[in-house]
Amino acid sequence: MSHHIVQADNLNYTYPDGTIGINNISFKITHGESVALVGANGAGKSTLLLHLNGCLISTQGEISIGDYPLNKKNIKAVRRSVGMVFQNPDDQLFMPTVFDDVAFGPINLGLPENQVEQRVTHALETVGATHLINRPPYKLSGGEKRAVAIATILACSPDILVMDEPSSNLDPLSRRRLIKLLKSFEHTKIIATHDLDMALDVCQRTIVLHKGKITADGPTISIFNDEELLARSGLEKPLGMQECPICKKNNPKNQILFYNKKPR
Amino acid sequence: MNTIEKNLFDIRYMDTLASKNTSLHRLDPRAKLITTLMFIAMVVSLGKYEISRMIPFIIYPMVMIISAELPFLYLLKKMILVAPFAILIGIFNPLMDTTPLVHLGSVSITGGWISFFSIMMRFSLTVSAALILISMTGFNGVCMALEKMGVPQPFVVQLMFLYRYLFVLIEEGAKMLRARSLRSFDSKGLGFKYFISLLGQLLLQTLDRAQRIHLAMCCRGFDGHIPINRPMKFGYKEIRFVLIWSFIFILTRSYNLPVKIGEIIAGIL
Amino acid sequence: MHMADALLSPAVGGTMWAATAGLIVYCSKKVREDLDEKKIPLMGVIGAFIFAAQMINFTIPATGSSGHLGGAMILAILLGPYAAFLTMASVLTVQALFFADGGLLALGCNIVNMGFFPCFICYPLIYKTIVKGRLTPKWITTGAIISAIIGLQLGAFSVVLETFFSGISALPFSHFLLLMQPIHLAIGIVEGLTTAAVVIFIWKSRPEILQPSISVVQGPGPDQEYSIKKVFIGFAAAAIIVGCGLSWFASAHPDGLEWAISKTTGMEELGAPQKNLYSSLTAIQEKTAFLPDYGFKTTKENPITDTKKAWPAVDSGTSVSGLVGGLLTLCLAIFIGFIIKRKKTGQTA
Ligand SMILES: Nc1ncnc2c1ncn2[C@@H]1O[C@H](COP(=O)(O)OP(=O)(O)O)[C@@H](O)[C@H]1O
Ligand SMILES: [Mg+2]
Repeated sequence: MSHHIVQADNLNYTYPDGTIGINNISFKITHGESVALVGANGAGKSTLLLHLNGCLISTQGEISIGDYPLNKKNIKAVRRSVGMVFQNPDDQLFMPTVFDDVAFGPINLGLPENQVEQRVTHALETVGATHLINRPPYKLSGGEKRAVAIATILACSPDILVMDEPSSNLDPLSRRRLIKLLKSFEHTKIIATHDLDMALDVCQRTIVLHKGKITADGPTISIFNDEELLARSGLEKPLGMQECPICKKNNPKNQILFYNKKPR
Repeated sequence: MNTIEKNLFDIRYMDTLASKNTSLHRLDPRAKLITTLMFIAMVVSLGKYEISRMIPFIIYPMVMIISAELPFLYLLKKMILVAPFAILIGIFNPLMDTTPLVHLGSVSITGGWISFFSIMMRFSLTVSAALILISMTGFNGVCMALEKMGVPQPFVVQLMFLYRYLFVLIEEGAKMLRARSLRSFDSKGLGFKYFISLLGQLLLQTLDRAQRIHLAMCCRGFDGHIPINRPMKFGYKEIRFVLIWSFIFILTRSYNLPVKIGEIIAGIL
Repeated sequence: MHMADALLSPAVGGTMWAATAGLIVYCSKKVREDLDEKKIPLMGVIGAFIFAAQMINFTIPATGSSGHLGGAMILAILLGPYAAFLTMASVLTVQALFFADGGLLALGCNIVNMGFFPCFICYPLIYKTIVKGRLTPKWITTGAIISAIIGLQLGAFSVVLETFFSGISALPFSHFLLLMQPIHLAIGIVEGLTTAAVVIFIWKSRPEILQPSISVVQGPGPDQEYSIKKVFIGFAAAAIIVGCGLSWFASAHPDGLEWAISKTTGMEELGAPQKNLYSSLTAIQEKTAFLPDYGFKTTKENPITDTKKAWPAVDSGTSVSGLVGGLLTLCLAIFIGFIIKRKKTGQTA
């Protein structure tokens, strides 16, 4: 299933005003992997994600989806297989009703009407938002907006899911629901976040970005145990792995993880 | 800052009204749009002294308000808010036009006063018709109707985007204003310099947002066409609605019903 | 200032509607053809921005009043005339529907007054001529202020003309003009200053937005300048044709003929040299008092000659029956409403 591979080679991007977005990024993500892209604000997460389906074209280096480098010719096909959930659902939900919005992609794919409807229902069922189908997007709560935004992407049935800070602005319950949902997807997932607890829950692999550069790439557990690395990248150990401040007991997760930690 | 939040509340409220489920709400938006336009055309086609012929037209807004379960007082308040311009211009009529037109015993009423009342009635009828249309159809309904009736797609899509992002942008503007007023302890109004930087910031954010929206659209296969077709049915109910009301409008437009009634009464007495 | 339905005759309103519809069709075609598709969401979102911006007021020092952004000029600068016109038209449509600003019949007038003049006259002919690509605060400010003032003067003049030709308001042409133009001079200066300041703000923080070659937003290229002329000629032609058509149509009916006569008598008044203010004032007053009209026409249709003499006082018998009948009709209407309401609550209960 080589067509779900995402590979970046020496990717560089500088914004028109001279800000360096990303700097010499290389990685390879294989089929079915679930990868967290963590880093402080402004680390370049969003910039990197925008390269994955050709929203931004790198100033240097290239990105390959499947076996071919992304270029103008295959950009449509790439966009069909890479579904991108934007950071702010308001940017993504632009149609008058939830139905129209979820149907937007399938209609553009040229599907016949009954299949469009089927896709819409299925996508909304998956995210548990069937009851919202006739609502206008400005009447949804933050969590509902996020769920629908994900449904709009699922309706295009992509092979690779790319999400930019999916858990930001969500209340604990909606966040929990989102994590459960993400875990249930079998797609290749690339999730940019600074919610390390979520990353720990959902992703086996983590790439740490700092000031546009990759500072670490490896199993999530070992990276999150490396406090010095996290501190260097402007991050903090996830709460779930920290010592409980009240009972001063080590989190059980932490102990198991500790033994797993690779000697550096 | 009050105005901006009040306006947002207002638009939200109208939107809620439109999501009711009365038989009028369920009617095809085209029927309601056509009827509204016809109503307005009939009302304004009456002469400026013809208040008596204008009275029966009240039946339309009234029936709509009641059957679509719209809040009368709220709509009235909205109407009063926009009245000043009509009043300002209309009030010159009594001053300029002093020909006595109607004699009731020893009292004579000048043409100016009559035309002033006619302006005010026109105003209330046409404004209420527009407000009623939107609150029983909803903005998107009106847009769909426009598209089906042949208004070019770029314009309709534009209207829909505008409406969609109205909520987002007003909220953003309100947030910025709130943040500012929390930190300005002298309760002076918004100064020009801050006003400009606020607007400028908001505009830059808007431009960025537009770009992100465009990206989000491209990610889902956008190629310039936006599918906004919604199945609509102009069926028996719609035809009946339009026909009945046009009949009533034409009747009231061409016969002076109040005078007819008055004469009948006078004949009886 | 928004033109209102209440002051408008169907002929004037219809003419402006037709002109607006033509412009919208033409601009939509233009936007679809010439400009890239990125603009479609951009226009909508910027329209929403203008809408929001109009609700934010700043205090004008030492006057106690406040000002806000009008929008058409800044739209034209950011989007170019065609897209700007469509955007302004949609802003005004939303205002007409939600805030009853103006009304639906007057929408055509308002789109012409507040959209057409700034986008197709002031922006290409004044702003661009003044700025000529010299994007410096000095030229931006000069261009924005002058074009905003002229745009608002044209708009205000157009409101006066529309009101006058409609013949509903008795306010004499010259008075109304004297009332409107100075107010709009002040509004124009404020509008020009805010437009300039916002454009300069954008230019300082993100100059690339105003640079046509790189940015997402752009004005028309040189080849498009020419078609602005076409828009203008087309617009004028459409307005004349539709105007004549409608008045011809209207004159087929006795009411309409009166309207046409009132128009011509009005025209004479316009052309007459004013000797001094007082004498002309009284003359105007007389004329407006004679303004032919459909009147409190109660029984028979009256011949056109009526308009030549003073309005015949309606005999008191008919006026009384009119008044009584009016009241009765009102009661009847309310009664019908009451019945419907009863029926409805009965249904839901
Ligand atoms: N449109 C833009 N123009 C210029 N610089 C930008 C733009 N977007 C982001 N940047 C800059 O690029 C860097 C990376 O930003 P971003 O990818 O958004 O970070 P993250 O998503 O990790 O918070 C930041 O320094 C940011 O200021
Ligand atoms: Mg980001």
